[in-house]
Amino acid sequence: MTDNSTIPVLPVLIAKDFASDQEPKWCPGCGDHAVLQQIKNVLPELGIAPENIVFVSGIGCSSRLPYYLATYGVHGIHGRALPMATGLKVSRPELSVWVGTGDGDALSIGGNHFIHTLRRNPDLNVVLFNNEIYGLTKGQYSPTSKIGLRTVTSPSGVIDQPFNTAALTIGSGGSFFARAFDRDGRFLRSILKRAALHKGTSLVEIYQNCPIFNGAAFEAFASPDNKANNTVYLEQSKPLIFAKGKRGILLDGFQPIVVDLDKEGISSSDLWIHDEADINKASILAHFADDHADSEESLPRPFGVFYAKERITYEDALTAQIDDAQKNGSGTFEELLKGDQSYVIK
Amino acid sequence: MTDTTKSTRQVNVTSKTSVSVLFAGDSGDGMQLTGTQFANTVATQGTELNTFPNFPSEIRAPAGTIAGVSGFQLQFSSKPVYTPGARFDVMVAMNSAALKANLKDLHRGGIIIAGTEGFDEKNLKLAGYPAGSNPLEDGSLSNYILFPVPILQLTREALKESGLSSKEIDRCKNMFVLGLLYWLYTLPLEGTFETLRAKFQKNVHMAEANIRAVKAGYFFGDETELFANLGRFDIAPQKQHGVYRRVTGNEACAIALTAASKKAGLQLFLGSYPITPATEILSTLAKKKKYGVKTFQAEDEIAGIVSSIGAAYGGALAATNTSGPGLALKTEALGLAVILEVPLVVINVQRGGPSTGLPTKPEQSDLFMAMYGRHGEAPLPVIAACSPVDCFYCTYEAARIAVEHMTPVICLTDGYLALSSEPWKVESPDNLPDITPHFHAPRQPEDPPFLPYKRDDRLVRAWAIPGTKGLEHRIGGLEKQNETGNVSHDPENHELMTKLRAQKINQIADSIPLQTIDNGPKNGDLLVLGWGSSYGAIKTAVEQAIEQGYNVAHAHLRYIHPFPKNLGEILGNYKKILIPELNNGQLIHIIRDTFLIAPEGFTKIQGVPFNEMEILIKITDLLKELQS
Repeated sequence: MTDNSTIPVLPVLIAKDFASDQEPKWCPGCGDHAVLQQIKNVLPELGIAPENIVFVSGIGCSSRLPYYLATYGVHGIHGRALPMATGLKVSRPELSVWVGTGDGDALSIGGNHFIHTLRRNPDLNVVLFNNEIYGLTKGQYSPTSKIGLRTVTSPSGVIDQPFNTAALTIGSGGSFFARAFDRDGRFLRSILKRAALHKGTSLVEIYQNCPIFNGAAFEAFASPDNKANNTVYLEQSKPLIFAKGKRGILLDGFQPIVVDLDKEGISSSDLWIHDEADINKASILAHFADDHADSEESLPRPFGVFYAKERITYEDALTAQIDDAQKNGSGTFEELLKGDQSYVIK
Repeated sequence: MTDTTKSTRQVNVTSKTSVSVLFAGDSGDGMQLTGTQFANTVATQGTELNTFPNFPSEIRAPAGTIAGVSGFQLQFSSKPVYTPGARFDVMVAMNSAALKANLKDLHRGGIIIAGTEGFDEKNLKLAGYPAGSNPLEDGSLSNYILFPVPILQLTREALKESGLSSKEIDRCKNMFVLGLLYWLYTLPLEGTFETLRAKFQKNVHMAEANIRAVKAGYFFGDETELFANLGRFDIAPQKQHGVYRRVTGNEACAIALTAASKKAGLQLFLGSYPITPATEILSTLAKKKKYGVKTFQAEDEIAGIVSSIGAAYGGALAATNTSGPGLALKTEALGLAVILEVPLVVINVQRGGPSTGLPTKPEQSDLFMAMYGRHGEAPLPVIAACSPVDCFYCTYEAARIAVEHMTPVICLTDGYLALSSEPWKVESPDNLPDITPHFHAPRQPEDPPFLPYKRDDRLVRAWAIPGTKGLEHRIGGLEKQNETGNVSHDPENHELMTKLRAQKINQIADSIPLQTIDNGPKNGDLLVLGWGSSYGAIKTAVEQAIEQGYNVAHAHLRYIHPFPKNLGEILGNYKKILIPELNNGQLIHIIRDTFLIAPEGFTKIQGVPFNEMEILIKITDLLKELQS
């Protein structure tokens, strides 16, 4: 006899089951719509009941994300989504906790929380919408804006060196970094799923188009030709090949070099083989972005999982300490009040 | 062979009601440890007790200087004591700086036990005495009973065969002092021996050397002629039977949070960032993992409170602890907790401000910030603890209000309460009030839609926590539509929600006790209205004034927002209201504003608590003025 009552029956959910009753209020053409769609596509694949999923966000266009998903959601204050999510995850480790944040939210006002969350490694799925601009406040430069960008607050051009999100993540001790593009929906979906399955803080940087204030930011990777020549898609254990198979990347010591596969008699086995678990290679990949993709020898912009290596999560480490403290039984209420230095007056 | 109850010589033992002692020395002299151990011994006798440590904010201020003086004051008594004593009767001065820094607070005719080695040329110079003058020799202390004792030399002699290095031997000199004071106050030594053996479990030599130093101090008292005229003292214990523990205010806060979580059946989460003088709440709770307590030392004050808001959203009893500068950093997040309507306990251990101010000194100057220090209309309950033991009850009450009324609550203590200690008769779990969280039940698809901001008759919403089927909802810092919680910029709705949030807090007045008169007539000439840590000083002063025949009463506020419903009525029963505060006048503004009366203020902003004498003088002056 099978007792069916003990087996939870999960209804088969589809993307639209994860849409809330609120109409997204992002601008037409905003990359946020595409990201929202891919999140809705991925959630049913995870087999997690909607009531066990929480989206936490800070402030900014992208931080409106929780309102549009039929899960639990909290829209917090500017820059503080990560500590809010950490507190929630630490107290409720069984929940699937996601963070929607932007380049200003995560890297400027929330920069401190960004680095510290990554080093602690709570199991959060962080979706960082990087549009290299402040959208909600109408077009001021952000910590990822390129040098020279003219905005309302940088009329003569930005002079701040932008943050390199990948390098910052890896440098902070992050256990997972991937980059995706709003316009490449299928790839974004696969990356989001990888991130969700990673136990630990997974940081997904999404190049997200702001057509109103910074429409040119990712043009270099947008059109089919540009995409082919200026991007490389990372696949585990596969060589780094791009430009429709014509070019590859060779690692000469620590130096990545673009090679022409047709002309130079180099076979794919000579090329850099991608290894997600290699933090040194991930660091070199992170700095590809320092090259501005403006010549044939330029390094392409990598997309995909740069680095993924699981280590103990913050909440698991804390739970283990509590379990250890309770191995001879948990403390009683009376013991708590009495303490261990009480004395009796007769 | 230590008979610690009787002296081997015929020395007179005088009974006293109470005595205040100060142990003072250089921060490296171990005075905190000595004072704590002395307090523990006194407490275990069943004697009433109040302690207050006073140490510099620098970890190691230059040795021998006034800045480096560390003190531990305690008063013990046969009757209840509420302060460490306005002035002390006995001062242990390990060096000349300790004497210089504290002499003004020693009673005329008080006892000075001076460690003579701390009065050498070098120390006298460091303490700022003019060249060639030594207070132990120049007759300047003739108004006091002076006992110069070569503490270091006697310790060295006692421990010369201990096998310890000379540096280690010198460090035992505080135990010699402890033993001497045990002799002077006819106290037993065995408890201290046990403590030392436990402390130096892995270093038997060290334990035995310290014990020998205690004994040497004790026998010195016994054998020397020095104290023949003074004799010994005895303070008869008066405590009721029962199980006791000695708690500091910070420890009491930590125990209370854990107790509240137990009573409510919730997990305790503390998100915190270290800050003086609030840190012991975090460090005490970090050791409570056996009770399932989760502490999170965040990267900053903001992450401390925000992580707690996240935990509160998830259904934990969430708390954060801080002091002034930290509370300032938390204010934006407090607004979020107000609009989200989640329970959160914020313990603010006040210290001297503004800015870094006087980080190790108490002040009651964050009342305005607690009441009004948020952007927008963001009212929340504010309550204040009045003694180290009351830190337990007040924090517990803050947790009860937070959970039952779905609101952040600020519980104010200060650096004085945080570090002071007194004996606490251990509470039984059954005697603590219930704390009942109102979790929303799961919802079936056919049920009516879930409304996260639907309120009960107390205007409290239900706690709808993730993991509950059918309650998936989105809330945040944006203004929300009444009941649905959806984002709304509607003008009338914002006004409605603002008033509902304020009304919800005001209605808490329905579920808190009425204000009582602590001491004195129900109506009359003068009411001293206090709040927070000034309780002990006001209580003692009012007791003395009443004994002297003055018409004066004392009421002490725990609930500052909302006020107890009868407070206005009480204030109307006296001709004059006196409000003493360790700030430049804050409660007085709120009282004036709420009740349209003109109380008399009495402020002190010196980074030290009130003492009963200054309040007594103020009371008598006011009453004389009133009668003339």
